[in-house]
Amino acid sequence: MSAVSVDRPARDPILYLDGISVTFDGFKALNALSLLLEPGEMRAIIGPNGAGKTTMMDVITGKTRPQKGTARFKGNLDLTRHDEATIARAGIGRKFQKPTVFENHTVFDNLVLAIAGPRDVFSTLFRSIKPRQIERIDAVLETVRLTAARDRPAGDLSHGQKQWLEIGMLLVQEPELLLVDEPVAGMTDLETEATADLLREINKTRSVMVVEHDMTFVRALNVKVTVLHEGSVLAEGSLDQVQSNERVIEVYLGR
Amino acid sequence: MLRILLLAFLLCFGLSAETRADGFDDGLHLLGGKFDDVERGVVILAGSGDQRAGAVLAALQDNRLMVVAGDPPSFFIRQADDSLLDAATLQPAGDAAAGAKAVRVNNRIRRAAEAALGTLNLSSPNAAIRRQAADAVFKARDGEALPALEAALAKERDPDVKAVMETARAAIFLANGQGDEAQRLQAVETIGRRGDPDALAMLRNLANDTSASIREAAAASVSSIEMRQSMLARVQDAIYGISLGSVLLLAAIGLAITFGVMGVINMAHGEMVMLGAYTTYVVQTLFVTYLPDAANWSLIAAVPAAFVVGGLAGVILERTVIRFLYGRPLETLLATFGISLILQQAVRSIFGPTNREVTSPSWMSGSFDILDGLTLTSGRLVIIIFCLAVFLGLLAFIRYSRFGLEMRAVTQNRRMAASMGIRTGLVDALTFGLGSGIAGIAGVALSQIDNVSPNLGQGYIIDSFLVVVFGGVGNLWGTLTGAMAIGIANKLLEPFTGAVLGKIILLVLVILFIQKRPRGLFALKGRAIEA
Amino acid sequence: MISSRMPFASVVVPAVLIAIAILVPILHLSTGTLPTYAVSLFGKYLCYAMLALALDLVWGYCGILSLGHAAFFSLGGYAMGMYLMRQIGSRGVYGDPILPDFMVFLNWKELPWYWWGMDHAWFAFPMIVLVPGALALVFGWLAFRSRVTGVYLSIISQAMTFALLLAFFRNDMGMGGNNGLTDFKEILGFDTGADATRSALFSVTAITLALAYLLCVFVTRSRAGLVIVAIRDAESRARFCGYRVEHYKLFVWTISAMLAGIAGALYVPQVGIINPSEFGTGNSIEAVIWVALGGRGTLWGAIVGAVGVNFVKSWLTNNFPEWWLFALGLMFVLVTLFLPKGIAGLLRLGGIDAFNRKSAAAEAGEARS
Repeated sequence: MSAVSVDRPARDPILYLDGISVTFDGFKALNALSLLLEPGEMRAIIGPNGAGKTTMMDVITGKTRPQKGTARFKGNLDLTRHDEATIARAGIGRKFQKPTVFENHTVFDNLVLAIAGPRDVFSTLFRSIKPRQIERIDAVLETVRLTAARDRPAGDLSHGQKQWLEIGMLLVQEPELLLVDEPVAGMTDLETEATADLLREINKTRSVMVVEHDMTFVRALNVKVTVLHEGSVLAEGSLDQVQSNERVIEVYLGR
Repeated sequence: MLRILLLAFLLCFGLSAETRADGFDDGLHLLGGKFDDVERGVVILAGSGDQRAGAVLAALQDNRLMVVAGDPPSFFIRQADDSLLDAATLQPAGDAAAGAKAVRVNNRIRRAAEAALGTLNLSSPNAAIRRQAADAVFKARDGEALPALEAALAKERDPDVKAVMETARAAIFLANGQGDEAQRLQAVETIGRRGDPDALAMLRNLANDTSASIREAAAASVSSIEMRQSMLARVQDAIYGISLGSVLLLAAIGLAITFGVMGVINMAHGEMVMLGAYTTYVVQTLFVTYLPDAANWSLIAAVPAAFVVGGLAGVILERTVIRFLYGRPLETLLATFGISLILQQAVRSIFGPTNREVTSPSWMSGSFDILDGLTLTSGRLVIIIFCLAVFLGLLAFIRYSRFGLEMRAVTQNRRMAASMGIRTGLVDALTFGLGSGIAGIAGVALSQIDNVSPNLGQGYIIDSFLVVVFGGVGNLWGTLTGAMAIGIANKLLEPFTGAVLGKIILLVLVILFIQKRPRGLFALKGRAIEA
Repeated sequence: MISSRMPFASVVVPAVLIAIAILVPILHLSTGTLPTYAVSLFGKYLCYAMLALALDLVWGYCGILSLGHAAFFSLGGYAMGMYLMRQIGSRGVYGDPILPDFMVFLNWKELPWYWWGMDHAWFAFPMIVLVPGALALVFGWLAFRSRVTGVYLSIISQAMTFALLLAFFRNDMGMGGNNGLTDFKEILGFDTGADATRSALFSVTAITLALAYLLCVFVTRSRAGLVIVAIRDAESRARFCGYRVEHYKLFVWTISAMLAGIAGALYVPQVGIINPSEFGTGNSIEAVIWVALGGRGTLWGAIVGAVGVNFVKSWLTNNFPEWWLFALGLMFVLVTLFLPKGIAGLLRLGGIDAFNRKSAAAEAGEARS
């Protein structure tokens, strides 16, 4: 599993993780984790608490540096060498477990901050955003059903609305790969269903990786599932396949 | 020193010495004359071998020799208690001494007297005095003392004294160009072994010696002495550094607790130190007033008092201000800064803006030699030991006491601790009190080495912060390392750069260090920290 | 920001400043109703207001609590002081045409290299912003790059200021040591003691403050201003949005340091002296309380806070000197406990937290209009 041959497949995987290890004070959060994501794929990641799901996302987005291993985006961007901002600009978007939006900004301004475009100080200081971008923002507001809240401070939104706003921010950011951490935690059934629809919609144009505990939701997504356990991949396949995997049952249910 | 010497003379020779009255009397009478006469008199006295001469010469050197004019004039020795002894009999003088005036001396005479004393004492039966005499000869390097020295050397049995005498002889050889080349080479080696500043100066003077081999030997010896001395100086600096570091440790450790355990930046921490120092002052005043016999021990009583005062101030501060600001570190910083201003002004209003005197108890004065040229004052040693003891005590307290356990539990997981029945509010208040109480104790230590003034805390707060930041938050061993590193680095830099520039360099270094290790030397790693 | 409830603040503040820039000299020179000391005192307040503005930009908007702004202020002041020292020429006590008095006194034979050019306004005046700016750039680059944040940054900025304080106390520094730079004679050819010069300095200060205010309005209402506030509220989210947080912080930090430098430079000719005590830790933190009391995150609040607190300070230190530190200390405690948004927050009705979000929202809303 470790050293993949130099001649890669004709089409680079959008995400390539090989032998990633992360240790915090002796605790192995990730242990030789390897994972491939094809362009346009949607993948669900499941696993018990402490399996390393969040740490894996941290590595992919440049927040945490692995001690060992290779992490590449689209075959050429070394994720272990760049910071969060560069990786975000390169096209990886991340939605946090706890909805994090800029609470003092309006919903609209949150999207202005997220929308694709130059992000250097000079541009943001001297250039205002273009009418085309405003149209795009309004369209996304429609998609995430926040048009009515357009000029309200994000801090005033409900929990579910914040989740949606964050997804909206990721949409206008136009990433090629979207990492979504427990998107339906704390949502009603109706909201959960709508979120699944939204993710499938998003998946039409970009790759998505979803970390989720909610099995109904994972089933609704109907995609390939990777099971993490103690920092490495335990099983991979359709949800039915993994659910019948002996080792997975053992880990989840105990002996 | 000379008084002790005098006493020694009296004890050793005063009564039993065989007298050669003529030489002694002749010499003595000359002391009443002009400077030249006095000088001759000194030489005669030295040559007399009379043991009374020692007392007279020592008194002369010390401006304690009195004269009553007459023919012959009579001489008296003024003692420490201002009573007078008759120089000829060494008995109390009585009325004969009325109108006695001090014999006038100049530096030349003092030197002559010293050299004479040296010669005289070389034959003393007391080894300590012989040794001192040899030392005096070494310092005077008087060529005329050589015969006496050689004679004494031939008789000497005590190896220590003999070594000193040999050194003295070597010094005479080198200083006066006496002896042959082999003897002089030998002398260079002997002096080199002595290795103190005197030896260094003497060897440096040989740089223009006529003999090349002597020049070389002297140069080699000089450089090896210089090396040894600079190493000793560094060791001395390091000791000063440890002493500064231990004070910093005490000042910073309370900060490490409040910052590390509670995430609270307490800008008023320095004022807790100041309160401790003022408590020391008050306790001392109370002792002097009510228990003057025990005043020497007031410092010991001040330790618990300062802990209580600092701790109480800390608990009040936590309950009235800080607990409303948890999770807002920057606001806490500002509010506690306000508290520090109020405390400073309050102390200034009560005690006045000037420094208060806290005296050092007698058991903290004095010093002792660790090595040749390396001394440590008792005060410093007491402070170092005291600081380390407080540190270790605190460490043990946190590790083994019930309260320490609860404190660590609250640090690691406040909500979980609360649900286990730990009263987190109480733990917070007591933790803060503990940190502030230790600051108060630091004030006791600081009262011994710094001025007790309302600004006392200000001088240490920045250093204490640097110690905590450098050592890493939440780790008391880190605080120890940080305090010692900063203390020692401070003192090691001082001789090269001066105190101020050294401090600046250190500040810049710590600032640069924080770039590399933003969470300090012993930082906790992992996700929990970021959350 | 102020748009919804204080729609004119960004017009009113500069207008008021321009008005007093015109009125004060008239009252001072023509009618004589304003004594000279009052003109200088008010000028000093305005310099402090500019320092507060600078601090508000980094703290109120970007969440960086600097305890080092006294350093930038003082460096600007020293740059101006050096220029003024050279203008003394041979009128000093020792009459040396080149060397300032303290150098003659210390037996210096020639000017140190860093005094070069300080006799020319065209060289010295740019230094007022370049020196603090350069220090801020280096310090900020080191600190922000390694993500030193929160109280850590406060402490090391304090340590930096303390190091400079010690350095400027040294006679070897060539900056007048303990006594600093003083006994100025003229500025740009005008007698520093003359009433007309005093009035002119006041007007220049008021106008500069107005310009600084407008600059801050421009920055905070641009899209970069949105990013800066976003960094204050959720730094790591801003990173995941693709913003280089350290660049933005460095930008705000450096601009702020330069403004502080200008404030210091205008301060020196009006008070007539600059010495190392200006680097004092207390000065930096006192500036923080101006901003906190006035209302951080609102530009006019910083100005009001600085002028207000200093007015009270002048009055108290004249009448009840013992009480000033008590009052200042209490102000710190009470403002942080009960007035987290300062006077500006009080003026807006409604819950403080709700205000906080709404004001920022309103401000952001205006950014695009």
